[in-house]
Amino acid sequence: MSAALEIVDLVKHFGPVRAVDGVSLTVGAGEVVGLVGESGSGKSTLGRCVTRLIPVTSGQVRITGREIGQLSRRALRPLRRNFNIVFQDPSSSLNPRMTVGAIVAEPLRLHGIGTTVERRARVTELLDQVGLRGEVARRYPHELSGGQRQRVSLARALSAAPALLVADEPTSALDVSVQASVLNLVGRLQQDMGFACLFITHDLAAVEYLAQRVAVMYLGVLVEVAERAELFGRPRHPYTQALLSAAPIPDPVAQRARRRIVLTGDVPSPVDPPSGCRFHPRCPVAVERCSVEVPALRRVGPSGATVACHLVADDGTPPVVTDRR
Amino acid sequence: MSKLLTVDSLTVRFSTEDGTVLAVDGASFAVAEREVLALVGESGCGKSVTALALTGLLPGTAAVSGSVHMGGQNLRGLPEARLRAIRGRDIAYVFQEPMTSLNPVLTVGRQIGEVLRRHQRLSGAAAKRRAAELLELVGIPLPVRRLSEYPHQLSGGMRQRVMIAMAVACRPRLLVADEPTTALDVTVQAGVLDVLRTLRAEIGTAILLITHDLGVVADIADRVVVMYAGRTIEEAHAEALFARPSHPYTRGLLDAVPNPARHLDGGLREIPGRVPQLSDSPDACTFADRCARADTTCRTRRPSLDPGPAGHPVRCWHPLPVPAAVTTA
Repeated sequence: MSAALEIVDLVKHFGPVRAVDGVSLTVGAGEVVGLVGESGSGKSTLGRCVTRLIPVTSGQVRITGREIGQLSRRALRPLRRNFNIVFQDPSSSLNPRMTVGAIVAEPLRLHGIGTTVERRARVTELLDQVGLRGEVARRYPHELSGGQRQRVSLARALSAAPALLVADEPTSALDVSVQASVLNLVGRLQQDMGFACLFITHDLAAVEYLAQRVAVMYLGVLVEVAERAELFGRPRHPYTQALLSAAPIPDPVAQRARRRIVLTGDVPSPVDPPSGCRFHPRCPVAVERCSVEVPALRRVGPSGATVACHLVADDGTPPVVTDRR
Repeated sequence: MSKLLTVDSLTVRFSTEDGTVLAVDGASFAVAEREVLALVGESGCGKSVTALALTGLLPGTAAVSGSVHMGGQNLRGLPEARLRAIRGRDIAYVFQEPMTSLNPVLTVGRQIGEVLRRHQRLSGAAAKRRAAELLELVGIPLPVRRLSEYPHQLSGGMRQRVMIAMAVACRPRLLVADEPTTALDVTVQAGVLDVLRTLRAEIGTAILLITHDLGVVADIADRVVVMYAGRTIEEAHAEALFARPSHPYTRGLLDAVPNPARHLDGGLREIPGRVPQLSDSPDACTFADRCARADTTCRTRRPSLDPGPAGHPVRCWHPLPVPAAVTTA
């Protein structure tokens, strides 16, 4: 069985902005991969390339084995039922003039799936699966709460039973208690329906909760990819270490006992990324080689984790990162 | 610790086209000197409105009652001119989105200088020197150069540091920070939280931190006040609140956040239903409709904020028992 998603050396430039600059990543069938990074890392651009909402500059995107990276819009259209995307803000991604029922049925209608009657039954079923009552089908998005709208987005994205769902910060605009229900829902739907998911977020806790594997992105490139437990238990790249140490955990005793790696400076501009390792100007342990030689994303240790850092040993031993100040 | 600011029975109503909305329903709490007090709750619980009401920053559609005492006077009765002198000098604010709070056509130096001129009558070289000192205090590298830059030239984290520098220019006794790190990345957030810690240590500012982020609370707050539907429902030291929450809503909030240190079986706990929007203060617990412990008492009688089983105040008829494992702690 081919992977749900294979990204090979994907590049997306917006004029001089090198938003995504050579990313390779695979999401297996039925697998949930978390893509984490901070603003400007290129993670959302990657999600939009993968779903071909924007054209890619170069590289390959294969979804269930079919190359879609360079297809024309027309050639792409029939393949679109294989993948879909949900966004952060459901109020701007749902058409305010369509009823919920029409919104959820739209992918079915566009791909010519089922008769009108069958589609209506399927909508009711989908709404039920995302925890909404069937009568919601007659309502308009503005009549719903943020959490309910995100459920509608999910129902729409999943209506044609895609092999891949890209979820771009699906919970970031929601309140804590609503976030929990949407995260639970995504997890439950994924188990029931078996789609693969690229879960894009800045929320490390959400990723740890949902993803089987995690990819960390910094300034257009991947710096580390590993199994969830391995990545959170033993982050190797200095950036991953800093990122995990900076995210506060909701437990005052544990949080205050933690050692935090404070990064100096801001994320540099993707117009003119730093030479060598892109993280080197902010890296507390960078050596001269880091500013000269681009580190390849290479396999380290026995587990299959990959890291792009000169200072991680081949057996996977990470550098000890301490504050520079 | 002595009290710096005491809020008593603060109530805020907004008149809207759809009738009256009760945003804050008799909130009472106090901020001690030098403490970081977190005001926690989800959107619509009234925490930001409470913060604005302290110094009369709400629009004319708001009807405010209750008292806000600081330094022996009730700020609520003061004329606008007196409040204006207090804002910035005694109580300063930092908001979530620095880009909308900074003036895009003035340099950073001009904007900080304005605060110094207004409240401290500093100008020219003295103001510039002080402005550079302030930028240094909030951890901005090359402060003198930054003074001549415009907000758009700064990153989000830097802008928020500039906002904090402006806010603390007059060494306020209380800094009200409304979701100061919510728009920022975690690595940047960590730096801004460090700045807040520095301020407390170096200039002794107390901080009223308004946030929905329990991670931030765990990181920096000394005490926590939880708000729900306009009421303050629980108040405790941070460690106690996380270890021994008494109100079912507080417990619900804690269980709704993925916590790497405490994996829950069977997924994250959800809180059914949604925050009610009230026009009047009901003689009932406002959480009753969403609460598994609610009974007739909860639906017909108003709970008061009284010491609960864990020793700290809670507004609940049936507060949660103290977990057995930590009763001795």
